[in-house]
Amino acid sequence: MTDASFEDFYRENILDHYKNPHNHGLLEPNDAHAEGQNPLCGDEVSVSIRFAADGETIEEIGFEGRGCAVSQAATSMLTDIVKGRKASEVASMPKEEILGEVGIPLTPVRMKCAILGLGVVKVALNRSKGTPLPEEWQGLDID
Amino acid sequence: MVVREEAVLDAARLRADFPIFEQKINGRPLAYLNSAATSQKPRQVLAAMTEFYETSYSNVHRGVYTLGERATAGLEGAREKVRAFVNAPSEREIIFVRNATEGLNLVAYAYGLARLGPGDVVLATQLEHHSNFVPWQYVAGRTGAEFRIIPIDDNGDLLLDQVSELENVKVVAANVVSNSLGTIADTPRLAAWAHERGAILTCDAAQAAPHVRLDVQALGADFVAASGHKMCGPSGIGFLWGRTELLLEMEPFLLGGHMIRNVGDERTSWGELPAKFEAGTSPVAEAVGLGAAIDYLDAVGLEAVEAHEHRLAAYALGVLAEIPGITFYGPPPERRAGIVMFNVEGVHPHDMAQILDLDGIAIRAGHHCCQPLMRKLGVPATNRASFYLYTVPEEIDRLAAGVRRAQELMT
Repeated sequence: MTDASFEDFYRENILDHYKNPHNHGLLEPNDAHAEGQNPLCGDEVSVSIRFAADGETIEEIGFEGRGCAVSQAATSMLTDIVKGRKASEVASMPKEEILGEVGIPLTPVRMKCAILGLGVVKVALNRSKGTPLPEEWQGLDID
Repeated sequence: MVVREEAVLDAARLRADFPIFEQKINGRPLAYLNSAATSQKPRQVLAAMTEFYETSYSNVHRGVYTLGERATAGLEGAREKVRAFVNAPSEREIIFVRNATEGLNLVAYAYGLARLGPGDVVLATQLEHHSNFVPWQYVAGRTGAEFRIIPIDDNGDLLLDQVSELENVKVVAANVVSNSLGTIADTPRLAAWAHERGAILTCDAAQAAPHVRLDVQALGADFVAASGHKMCGPSGIGFLWGRTELLLEMEPFLLGGHMIRNVGDERTSWGELPAKFEAGTSPVAEAVGLGAAIDYLDAVGLEAVEAHEHRLAAYALGVLAEIPGITFYGPPPERRAGIVMFNVEGVHPHDMAQILDLDGIAIRAGHHCCQPLMRKLGVPATNRASFYLYTVPEEIDRLAAGVRRAQELMT
């Protein structure tokens, strides 16, 4: 990716979500919630979820956070993706799906920014539905 | 009339000693502004290690053959170079470790674990790297001692008045130069303060050793640790200096080969200094590389390195100050090593670092292993540009242009 196209992409895709995040704000009351940090840079994301009447489908999701454009934009994109999906589907959602949505090449360090929101959503689902945690969240003191 | 000649170095010429600068990053010359994290390596160091591996490599201390003698001479020659580099009274006080972190852990475990208990106080500064903070917090927790923080002001100077009433202070942990604010500490004063209270002072000199002349006797500390990789040497080796009388009284840290005098079926007695603290096969080639790095720094002159960094820090603070919305952290340039920490309104440090990388500029973005400091500053992360003997002012001009570009893009 050349510099010019990288900048364009950054501007159009990431900065749009960063500056005007979708599904911003936490839900009260909610059925599931979690907070998480990226220990490398201190980025923070909190999510809250409401399920539909079937108790499985994510009907509403809201988030708040602070951090770099990639972490916040990726979480905004994620909230659009998971709405309407079942908890079990989201719990097994591969990180490649959100990385594809972010769309720019990321170093391993920045990849952690991009998947922070997904990790926090999976922690929330684990707490309320007992779905599996992603590997990188296992064994951590996350309460 | 005596005219004091200011120490100078020719960064552009020294740069030619560093093969890493022969490549381009994202199509542009590399501007490596992250030497506070780790320094690049001159050819002289790489060549010394290669030659050692090709002609003299063997295990040390036990081989009764020519190569074994050469390898031992390589390791012990490096130890003498480190001793002279920090002006230690004796080679027995120089312990090779993996890095400063391991050296500081050695002190926390081998000194702290045996001597601390309920009622004792351990102090670490708010400006510590995690390497001289977390081990003491942990060992205090294990022994029931109280762990307290020495607060700092905006320049990174210690507010000792706020902890001067504490009694039973047994350990003070502090850096000689801060890896984040760049503050050069008044270590002799702190050593006197600690000793008045009957405490020891254990110093993280990882950021000091590459940039200022270290003299452990003048510092007055009891332990001083540094890493080779920040001072033109290889990764995987560092050193700990400690006072003989303390090292002799301490229990060992790591146990196994080489650190023993006699291994009985029931119990084992420990070897002499420094072997007592050097279990297992030593990082021999790394020690040779560290010795070559010390030769390199001695040839350049640490006084010239320090003066060069003060000039670069002053220049960077001047050029970057013209950028709207920039905030600097740390002391005035004459009181700091070549480190400039800053934030730019509206641009998260991670985004800044990624956009600068497009221009071939490497800076550190994050918490710099100083989360207690980040809490004091009230920010989750900062940008840090850091300089060394190979840094030229043009790189700082490129940094300033890159910061403006990032600001334009993000806001």
